[in-house]
Amino acid sequence: MTTTPHVSRPPTRRRLARGAGRAGQYLALVCYLVFLGFPLVWLLSTALKSPQELGSIDPTWIPEHPTLENFRAAFDAQPLLRSALNSALVATSSAVIAVAIAVPAAYVMVRYRSRISQAGTVWVLVSQMFPFVLVIIPLFLVLRNLHLINSLPGLVVVYVVWNLPFSLWMLRGYVQAVPLSLEEAAAMDGASRLRTLTHVVLPLLTPGLVATLMFSFVTAWNEFFFALVLLKSPEKQTMSVILTHFIGAEGVADLGPLAAAALLATLPSLLFFALLQRRLVSGMLAGAVKA
Amino acid sequence: MSAAGRARALGAALALTLLGAVGCSGGGGGDDGRITLDFLSLAWQAESVEANKALVEEWNAANPDVHVRYVQGSWDNIHDHLLTSFEGGEAPDIIHNDASDLTDFANGGYLADLTGLLPEELRADVPEAAWSTTEYDGGIYGVPFLQEPRVLVVNSALLEESGARVPTPEDPWSWEEFEAASAAMTRDSDGDGEAETYGVAWSMKEPVTQTVNLALSTGGEVFTREDGKNVVRYDAADSSVAALINRQVHEDGTAAASSLGMSGSDTLPGFYDGRYAMLPLNFSFRQQVAQQAPDGFDWTVLPMPSGGEEHGLAQGVAPQTLSVAEESDHQQAAADFVSFVTEPAHQVDLALGDWMLPTSERALADPALATEEYGWRTGTRIADELRPSPVLGVRGYPEWKDKIATPALQEYYSGAIDLDKLRGKLTGDGQRILDRYQR
Repeated sequence: MTTTPHVSRPPTRRRLARGAGRAGQYLALVCYLVFLGFPLVWLLSTALKSPQELGSIDPTWIPEHPTLENFRAAFDAQPLLRSALNSALVATSSAVIAVAIAVPAAYVMVRYRSRISQAGTVWVLVSQMFPFVLVIIPLFLVLRNLHLINSLPGLVVVYVVWNLPFSLWMLRGYVQAVPLSLEEAAAMDGASRLRTLTHVVLPLLTPGLVATLMFSFVTAWNEFFFALVLLKSPEKQTMSVILTHFIGAEGVADLGPLAAAALLATLPSLLFFALLQRRLVSGMLAGAVKA
Repeated sequence: MSAAGRARALGAALALTLLGAVGCSGGGGGDDGRITLDFLSLAWQAESVEANKALVEEWNAANPDVHVRYVQGSWDNIHDHLLTSFEGGEAPDIIHNDASDLTDFANGGYLADLTGLLPEELRADVPEAAWSTTEYDGGIYGVPFLQEPRVLVVNSALLEESGARVPTPEDPWSWEEFEAASAAMTRDSDGDGEAETYGVAWSMKEPVTQTVNLALSTGGEVFTREDGKNVVRYDAADSSVAALINRQVHEDGTAAASSLGMSGSDTLPGFYDGRYAMLPLNFSFRQQVAQQAPDGFDWTVLPMPSGGEEHGLAQGVAPQTLSVAEESDHQQAAADFVSFVTEPAHQVDLALGDWMLPTSERALADPALATEEYGWRTGTRIADELRPSPVLGVRGYPEWKDKIATPALQEYYSGAIDLDKLRGKLTGDGQRILDRYQR
């Protein structure tokens, strides 16, 4: 006896509704991308305009007479490359150190429940509540006593301390999401605690590590006031500080070169995201399922 | 490359980065017996930075035992930056700032009293009115060296077409003439009640400083001293210019309402486009106009109107200053550098770089600043009429400005409140703030 497979076709109305829903999703996505991309596109447009075009009452998206003069002026006026290198060193170092400290700390806080770990959790939350201005002067004095004023390692220490609580909080959530049964299974297979951590838990934490790294990197890259206060030597100043040198009293700015420099300042962050974004999802199931 | 290999490579790269960062450790140069002074400069325009650096190089070449290191600062957050540096004992030796910031720092003991450290020639060359902007409690806490008054930047063609008399520093407009000229330059050719060209655009994004400084032109003060205390008043003489602005916007229709929320830079595109005939702007804005104005656009610089012969062209200014940190181990050497930078010829260089006016009388007489081009001559001719801003020396002024005066004036200019309510806010709630600083 043969049976005809029953093909259930959704009614036309439902298909139309589904299509409309999908179109709406794409439309929303496009709107969101435009919203996100607008500042960058505008920055690019501004960076390529002459002073006369910048003073036009009818600003255009596409410069009528595009020029690279603003980039030349920005490079002439300020040491952009050196400051970008300083920012990259400080942001990368502080992000790596913060994550390196936060991973084992988050693991202990989640897996070893004790009063100390609970107190640590509360402390992480409380530390986020300190206003910026409250800590800057004491921090400055501590760093001076450690001879870390006007040094990039000093700034790295500050950023690590500043980013650590939030990094810890982020990673705590990721560690909690790793099923305990996986670690128990590894232990039953004879894996040591260290091996379990490195071969079972860490691969599963990859998205969390990447997200935390990105957060720490961008926070440090963009940070302005600590860098302004702690770094005196011109050759050590970071990008965020250098950008303010295009701004004068009462907010008057040298708009073209500022836009050019700001555009260049966004590139490393974009590159960093482009390089690491695949890792956000690639580690989701790593180590959890045998191929 | 395998995943593990990539991870190792990434780890190695990060480790190298870390080592690199640590390798960039700070620390000054070797101790070779020279004095090294840090000079925190807030110069930001390319010509100005160049002029400052050139002066530092010239000083260093002539003074091998006193080396000055140029440190580029930023106007953004300068108060917090300096406060942290002072508290942390790491302040630069020589500090560029403006006079409005000196009171609190002098009061806190962070700045050196320069009395006795400056040459008599410099003391004599800068007018007493300028020195008074940096005096506090009998001491001198900075050398005033650059200042900028408000001027009218005017579309020459529209001015000529209006038939209005062209004012000069010697024969300026009265405020009534200014109102009439604004009306003459306002055009509503289609009669829809909305002008295509407004006589004037008042940029009032930051309304307090210019409102207080321009009050001097009609004999106002806003801040007075009574029994040794700072008192806010807002009588007819103090509020005359503010009332005029309000009238132009809401009654005469000769000033653009849309410009009230703008900064000076924001009004420039409308100026080039002929929407605004006159812009009251700080003197240094001429640089932007010179750079951005379309080819063939003819503009001129006129003095602000006068409130009468007895007041002349008075208006308040807060000059830029050079100070020496109290904690500096070499105060005399730092003061010597300040004196060098503020020599008349050097003030001319700095003024040209910043498009501002020098305070030095000899510098003001320099032929380089006597040119009619870009309105330099107008500036130098009104320089001796400038007065210290009434806000200088008023403890609690920043809080008065931010919490009371800025929102109150914005409400007044927008038409949300009337003059009586404005007066009540400035002198009632505002006075309570000042009183807290004077107990």
